[in-house]
Amino acid sequence: MESVIHLRGAVTVLGRFPALAGIDLEVAAGEIVLLRGSNGAGKTTVLRLCAGLLPVTRGEAIVLGHDLADRRGGRDLRRRVGLLGHATGLYDELTVTDNVRFWGRAADAAAGDIDAALVACGLVGALADRPVARLSAGQRRRTALACLVSRRPELWLLDEPHAGLDQDGRDLLDGLVGSAVASGATVVLSSHELERAEALADRVVTIVAGTTDVSVAAGEESFLVP
Amino acid sequence: MFRDAALMAGKDLRIEWRSRVTTQQILPFAVLVILLFGMALDPDRGILARASSGLFWIAVLFCSLLAIQRAFTIEAADGGRDALRLSGLDPAGVFLGKAAAIAVQLIALEIVLAMGVVIIYGARITGFPLLLATCLAATAGLAAAGTLYGVLAAGLRVRETLLPILLLPVLAPVLIAATRAFEAALGGVAVEGWPWCGLLAMFALLYLIFGTLAFGTLLEES
Repeated sequence: MESVIHLRGAVTVLGRFPALAGIDLEVAAGEIVLLRGSNGAGKTTVLRLCAGLLPVTRGEAIVLGHDLADRRGGRDLRRRVGLLGHATGLYDELTVTDNVRFWGRAADAAAGDIDAALVACGLVGALADRPVARLSAGQRRRTALACLVSRRPELWLLDEPHAGLDQDGRDLLDGLVGSAVASGATVVLSSHELERAEALADRVVTIVAGTTDVSVAAGEESFLVP
Repeated sequence: MFRDAALMAGKDLRIEWRSRVTTQQILPFAVLVILLFGMALDPDRGILARASSGLFWIAVLFCSLLAIQRAFTIEAADGGRDALRLSGLDPAGVFLGKAAAIAVQLIALEIVLAMGVVIIYGARITGFPLLLATCLAATAGLAAAGTLYGVLAAGLRVRETLLPILLLPVLAPVLIAATRAFEAALGGVAVEGWPWCGLLAMFALLYLIFGTLAFGTLLEES
């Protein structure tokens, strides 16, 4: 099966410190892969690397056919990737609809896709016209999710996506992930809510030993490039 | 590129319209500066009238710093900078859009400041076309250079204090040329203003070209 993410011995050095010291990871198209690991293990760094936000210092890193070592063409990659991180990237002064429209249009999303994303994330009625500054943490998260959904990315990178969401929000997120995969997207997520995330994922990859090693859940060794 | 620029400028101006920072903070600051200069030099209104061009552009320069800081503060909150990098927007479009939004705010400020200079300092406008052309060219230069140095400083922890140190020396030619051109437009000193206006246009053009080419790298690397 075609690899959406191919990392082999990928090293990322930030300043003088190795944030990743040789990550190996293969993710096939249409997979849902959970990255598991303790705080500081490097889950977020892997996601940011795959989004093209961090440089690969050594090793191979190819995402959606784009070699991350080649800084040209990064813009095309980023249009095809959606990252939901700890920070939402939302503008407090703008309304929910304004934010989703802006980030959607930035990625050339159709008006219909933007409206559909708002509805899919439950951002309708008075909530859609509320400034982001007046939203709860969970509502902010939903808005950020709607921004991502409106872009219809081929690769979803979700960093602790369940954090801050209530039960309905978590169910909604899981449903959106399922729909995205059904329509051909690939999903890599990190989460400390292992029970829910593992139920969602096809495969679990464990990042251990302070970002320097990768292992997988029992019975899934064939996916690991040692 | 121009579609992305329009999207970016529209977003920045909408944020300013909603937050009212320009009208409720930067504009009062600009008026205060003009008033304080007036109070300091009040005993001799002749000096005020002669110095009005320089005082006007110093006030504009201070306001530019605030507007530029503000333009990049909104991107620094809640991971906006990474979101911008991930957005797929053309960096040249982002540069032009941010510069355009800053320019629109500065033009609005300059209109109010110009009225202040006429009313408080007793300046007389004798060359309106030159005054208008100078304002447009100088504003484009301030916005373009400011956006370029703004993104450079935005990636640093000490951006609030570093930006003025980086930017003010760069903007010194704008201050000098705009003041000279304004002096001619206000009829204060008999110098030919149009060459100075041409210099401002050249400065603006250079920084617009340089910014369009370099903004992406600065957004990624700084």
